[in-house]
Amino acid sequence: MRRGKSRSTRISVAILSCALAIGLLVSPLGATEIKKIHFLIPGGAGGGWDGTARGVGKALLDSKLLEQASFENMSGGGGGKALNHLISTAERQEGTLLVNSTPIIIRSLTGVFPQSFRDLTPIASVIADYAAFVVAKDSKYTSFKEVVADFNKDPKSVKIGGGSVRGSMDHLVPAMVFQAAGEDPLKVKYIPYDAGGKAMAGLLSGDVQILSTGFSEALGLARQGVVRILAVTSAKRLSQAPEVATVKELGYDVVFANWRGFFGVPNLAKEKAEEYRILLKKMYATPEWEEIRTKHGWQNLYQSGDEFYSFLENQEQTLGDMMRKLGFLE
Amino acid sequence: MWEGMISGMLTGITTTLIPINIAMVLMGCFAGSFIGMLPGLGPITAVALMIPVTYGLDPTTGMVLLSGVYYGAIFGGSTSSILINAPGEAATVATALDGYPLARQGYPGKALAIAAYSSFSGGTIAVILMMFFAPMLASVATSFQSADYFALMLLGLTAVSAFAGRGGVLKALLMVIVGLMLATVGTDQTSGIQRFTFGSLELLDGIEFLMLAMATFALTEALSIVLKRDACSDSFKAKMIGFKSLKVTKKEFKFILPTILRSSILGFFVGVLPGAGATLGSFMAYGMERNLASKEEQKKFGKGSLRGLAAPETGNNAASTGSFVPLLTLGIPGSGTTAVMLGALIAYGIEPGPRMFVERPDVFWGVIMSMYLGNVFLLILNLPLIPYFARLLAIPRNIMVPVILFFSLMGVYLVTFNDFDIQMMVFFCIAAMALRLMNFPMAPLLLGFILGGLMEDNLRRALMIYDDSMSFMWERPITLGINLATIFILTMPLTRSAIKYVRGK
Repeated sequence: MRRGKSRSTRISVAILSCALAIGLLVSPLGATEIKKIHFLIPGGAGGGWDGTARGVGKALLDSKLLEQASFENMSGGGGGKALNHLISTAERQEGTLLVNSTPIIIRSLTGVFPQSFRDLTPIASVIADYAAFVVAKDSKYTSFKEVVADFNKDPKSVKIGGGSVRGSMDHLVPAMVFQAAGEDPLKVKYIPYDAGGKAMAGLLSGDVQILSTGFSEALGLARQGVVRILAVTSAKRLSQAPEVATVKELGYDVVFANWRGFFGVPNLAKEKAEEYRILLKKMYATPEWEEIRTKHGWQNLYQSGDEFYSFLENQEQTLGDMMRKLGFLE
Repeated sequence: MWEGMISGMLTGITTTLIPINIAMVLMGCFAGSFIGMLPGLGPITAVALMIPVTYGLDPTTGMVLLSGVYYGAIFGGSTSSILINAPGEAATVATALDGYPLARQGYPGKALAIAAYSSFSGGTIAVILMMFFAPMLASVATSFQSADYFALMLLGLTAVSAFAGRGGVLKALLMVIVGLMLATVGTDQTSGIQRFTFGSLELLDGIEFLMLAMATFALTEALSIVLKRDACSDSFKAKMIGFKSLKVTKKEFKFILPTILRSSILGFFVGVLPGAGATLGSFMAYGMERNLASKEEQKKFGKGSLRGLAAPETGNNAASTGSFVPLLTLGIPGSGTTAVMLGALIAYGIEPGPRMFVERPDVFWGVIMSMYLGNVFLLILNLPLIPYFARLLAIPRNIMVPVILFFSLMGVYLVTFNDFDIQMMVFFCIAAMALRLMNFPMAPLLLGFILGGLMEDNLRRALMIYDDSMSFMWERPITLGINLATIFILTMPLTRSAIKYVRGK
């Protein structure tokens, strides 16, 4: 009896998945099965992860792509706590997406937490924020080239502030750029602040001359004329600030994207993961997403599945190399 | 410029006075002061809880609500500090120092009333300052460098002398050092290296201030009520029945008026600095007040001084209003709570910054004007409730103590949802209990803990910026000025006795 039942379930599941597969073949962007998503946010309310998860959730809900979204903030251990939680309760977390970003790579390299993105199922990256070099409005610098020239003369005279500890993204990116300019990355004078806002205050007070931060974090104050963005690390100039040069066009071959994206539980069923990817892909075409995206100054960066995975591996390699050079890794 | 300001204020008044915004000020103040009153729950929880409510509202309405919740929670936070020595928020710790003893002496009504008047005055004076000077204050907010912050923290540490009365200077200093040591636990903010975490993920973010404050203040207080067999609780009850003095007399008003004025201004300016905040504002106001007080009045500090209660309570409200200056004029949050509010502003599609009061005068001035209204509402909401709150102290201790324990533990748990924090809290409570029985004061520990992290970060940053030279201590006029003030305060008792000695001769 029991066996029969399980067999019939199995058959019906098979039929269903066949139907689903056919449905997907017929219209690759057809209706998905996902009705609700639980977003797990490894940081507190108001942070970057929080904004991304809630922004994506809101766009999906408002555009009726999703019926229900719930959010859970679980801060602690630099994001390690939520990661740990997701992995240890994986069997009942199929409907959960963990939001994360570049720091997951840095923190697993330094061993803040033992796991890495390989222990999860990468779904897709959703947005990117490129790194930017920012100066106060009355700064003597008008081009990033002058900064490099000053650094060449006296590395100590160029103090670069950032909103996180030494060895974090805000530190690694300028180190990479100065290395590309033929300078010694070890000589970069990086001044850490405990939050992006404090680092911005440090730039405005004259504590530091250059701020290494995210483009979207600086855009608001740049528009208001308080600061100037000297350069960004995107491949091409960004539409929100077409006057800002890219580091690459200045002759320093660095492109760096701080991605934000979603992960599912370890060994998530392939079909389920694919459904999430399709759902997120569909979101880009909606006006609701466009509105949220422009409000926050985010750049679209959709990479899913294998493409996302190899992007992560690549980034791990680049960041790891720089961290080894700077002595943060053995 | 003044014309622009006046038209801005008028815009603010008209936007504030539409019914929905008045309703939101009222709702925000009510919700904020209610959440703030619960021990362990402070403004950051209150604001985070309210954010989902504000989605879909007009930006002005949303901000009016959130800011109402914020200063409402600071206002309400003093209640639990005074009644049961359970500060719900770092900024109200200093309020407990004199507020709680005053309540235990049979004047809970008076203590609450003074706190309410001080909060009201601090908030209102700060709004007036902000209204006239907000655009100029943006440059004050960005004039402080790491070196100046370090000097400011040093000055803040001199407030420790204010706590020395109870158990001797040496014990107070020892506790400051313990506090500084506890502040080093967790990921080092400068190098990213883990210190004293023993490989535990839970300790990576360091020790939660609220947890430490609840463990050392609320829990030990509740337990010591149990330990004292002849506890004042019963005699206290008899005292309470008469409710002898709910009213603050005219003489007392006059006595605390200068304190309120001084503390408002000090608190406001400390609040404007993005690297300082309401906690520092309240402690510095307390320290300043004690340093200015006469010899006899100084002895009362920590034992129920009216000035000692009014100063921090005014200071923290003025500072929380002051923290709106960098938030609105620069988009720079000075605290966790304002960071959450910045997130909300961005979600509304508003870019805070120097052009905000030109581009969105409705939001900018609406929020400022609503604060006047909010402070009046808070006073009206709170004053009539004071007799009822005061009566809470008459609850027999066999009910009271478990309730305090429950709320304190719950409050800490609700912030992080982490059971490890509860275990740590119990550990700290036991340790603090032992220290308390040996007459070690707890306030210096908390002061050291709050200032420790900030001081270390700013010192190391200043050293890096000045290429490892100590010259930052005197190179800039601001740093030099603050350091001279510190030296002056530290040597004051010495000079006083020297003068006396010379005169005596």
